Amino acid sequence: MSSITPQEIKKEFFKSKTGIAGITILSILIFTSIIVVIAIPGDTFKDWNNPGKWISYPKVAIPVWINLFLSEKIPEHKILNTPNVNYDMSGDISITTHQFGINFDYDDFPSDFIYEFSAKYLGKPLLQIDVIRPDGIQLKLLSTSLPHSDLNSIHSERIFSTDDAIRKNLYLQSNKFLFSLSNLSSEDIIFSKTDNHVPLKGNYVFLIKMYGDNSKNQIPESKLIIGGKAFGIMGTDELRRDLAVGLLLGTPLALFIGLVVAIASVMMGLLYGAYAGYRGKKTDEVMMRFNDVIYALPALPFLIILSITISNSIFVMVGFLMIFGWVGVAKVARSMALQIKTRGYVEAANMMGQKNSKIVLRHILPQLLPYAFASIAISVPAAITTEAGLSFLGLGDPSFPTWGQILHDANVYGASARGLWWWIMPPGIMIAITGLAFVFIGNALDVIINPKLKR
Amino acid sequence: MTLKRYVATRLITMFGVLMITLLITIALVGSNMDNILKQGVAFQVRTEITENPAIAKSFSSVDEFESFIQTQTEQRVKTLGLDEPWYSPQRIGLTMYKILFLDFGHATFLTSDSGSSDVREIILEKLPKTILLFTTATIIISVIGIFLGALSGSKVGSVIDRITSSFAIISSSFPVWWIGMLMIFLFSFVYQIFPARATPLIPVTDPNYIGSLLYHMTLPLITIVIIGFGSWSYLVRNFIVGIMQEDFIIAKKTMGINQKKIIYTHALKNAAPPIITILALSLSGSLGGAIITEAVFDWPGMGRLYFEAITVMDLPVIIGATYVLTVFFLISIFVADLLYGYFDPRVRTG
Repeated sequence: MSSITPQEIKKEFFKSKTGIAGITILSILIFTSIIVVIAIPGDTFKDWNNPGKWISYPKVAIPVWINLFLSEKIPEHKILNTPNVNYDMSGDISITTHQFGINFDYDDFPSDFIYEFSAKYLGKPLLQIDVIRPDGIQLKLLSTSLPHSDLNSIHSERIFSTDDAIRKNLYLQSNKFLFSLSNLSSEDIIFSKTDNHVPLKGNYVFLIKMYGDNSKNQIPESKLIIGGKAFGIMGTDELRRDLAVGLLLGTPLALFIGLVVAIASVMMGLLYGAYAGYRGKKTDEVMMRFNDVIYALPALPFLIILSITISNSIFVMVGFLMIFGWVGVAKVARSMALQIKTRGYVEAANMMGQKNSKIVLRHILPQLLPYAFASIAISVPAAITTEAGLSFLGLGDPSFPTWGQILHDANVYGASARGLWWWIMPPGIMIAITGLAFVFIGNALDVIINPKLKR
Repeated sequence: MTLKRYVATRLITMFGVLMITLLITIALVGSNMDNILKQGVAFQVRTEITENPAIAKSFSSVDEFESFIQTQTEQRVKTLGLDEPWYSPQRIGLTMYKILFLDFGHATFLTSDSGSSDVREIILEKLPKTILLFTTATIIISVIGIFLGALSGSKVGSVIDRITSSFAIISSSFPVWWIGMLMIFLFSFVYQIFPARATPLIPVTDPNYIGSLLYHMTLPLITIVIIGFGSWSYLVRNFIVGIMQEDFIIAKKTMGINQKKIIYTHALKNAAPPIITILALSLSGSLGGAIITEAVFDWPGMGRLYFEAITVMDLPVIIGATYVLTVFFLISIFVADLLYGYFDPRVRTG
């Protein structure tokens, strides 16, 4: 096993299909992580558990691409925050108009709509909301006066579709509809055909007008949310969080945990095992007994107790995972070192009076490197799944959204029994794909190091 | 080294490990445990006084009342030995002695199905269920694994071999509990065949309980088997492939003995020691992994008990369950070691 040079390993490795597949997946993941780390500012992690950030998102929305496979399109959740703005002065009256256009092309009514705005004005202006439907009918939704203000303070408000004034206004226009409007919610009326109660497809325009007597009146923030049951590429969860963001943030974290734990524990194991094997006799005996003790500790219960009693910070957790990771490697490294130390050049170095540490580092460890790479690759998935498992039990670091944590939340809200597949599948698939990439690489290396497996 | 000495050294190591595990567990939860116990004593004193109006009336002022409680609590803390810190040798010795003989004390929150809060009773009630589920699963897995492994090991490069190997690699990178969630989604939401929660709803005393338990067990069982048998057959396959290259097998082949007979009698026999060893290890290994799997399926075993104990921080249960899990883990490592030493005499000289 030791006669293989790094060049040969490289050549052999790129001949194996699984090796190339593993490297390809890994590079995609690394590329994603780099983009995530660069594109998403560092503090976004904290927003994951901040419900305020997700307030305008829908609850448990299905991914939008599902509409491609459905004959009855599920209404998409739309957040419109770029209105067409118009200022108009007619005489003394200033009119600020915000216009939101939406193309409604679905087979079900939206779940609600919310108009969210902040306005700066003088006096008590009038706010009027109208909607122009694809069939040309204009429905008055609301006309209300805003509370008195003096241009310095900002008035923020949310107008919900459940507002009684809106429903009352719609009832007043019930002559436009051929069916009874009683017991129907406002969005069911606005988006309905006039002759029977089915959704009317087409372009809707929401007109928001503010009438005032000051030319400086304006609405700096204006956002119209048309509530739907589909959102984003990955959908949202019970706490309205966009799962695509969570999955992306989880990628660098999983790679970090997996790689750091694997590299550190393999290195520890190699040094420990090689040194024990090289020294032999009493040192070896004592070191191996200690190894046996760690090996016999039940890892998962211990990790659980450690994370509860000491800390559940992700960095501390990485340390804990290392404690249990190095043992197996040390055993193998020791037996390999036992063989290598009988070789002529090691004995020669010993006789020349080189220091033990130098012999281990210069002459024994390099021989173990191919094995080290294979075991790093193989121990990454174990580290990732263990961390995911701990997070799944709710013991993970709450300030970092890992895939395991997304699955923990899914389990808490009974996602599997409620059929919320978009909440369960992607995180698990990501865990599996990441694991698979390393298993592929490890297997390809393993075959090169142990040619016996090839046949 | 003789077999006897080998067994003896192993036994001593195992016992040492058990003690170290206990010590670490107590060290980790000790201070929390003390606080909880002291609070319990103070609470007990207060309830005793409020329940007995005669004592409550005899105080003339609030200060007197408070100081009475204070002295009472301190007295009891002293008699219980809680005035010394948890790391005093006396107390650690006593705690470890108690735990060693399965006296885990009383649970703070959790109870057994029959209502007892004795940790030993709770554990004894949950343990058989975990063993039932995971032992059954491991046996099924090993049977499937050995046959599939022998089959694909004898036909290296065939379709079966490739499917088994790739299935093994792929299935090993999926977490069992995630597959569990998918299975619940598939079989209790999409096709409503099995219940989502694996705890039977009828009481233990009901004659149909066993049947209901087995029905609830199906989904977790299938999940564990699906995830497990791939890597098992891959392992067996690799052993067989290694053995098939040995001289004595090649000699048998040249003698014209048929392939099937060679594999199922000679090759499997030679692969038996490592297979049995791994079987012993995985039997107990499955108990450790049970924590998450049982939490997903809500299977009323040790794993879920552990999970519940963690969520409410029921320390006596945590300590007890850790101890029992460790004992099982150590027994199986020990058995595996013994088997290995028995089958492969070279190990003993190690």
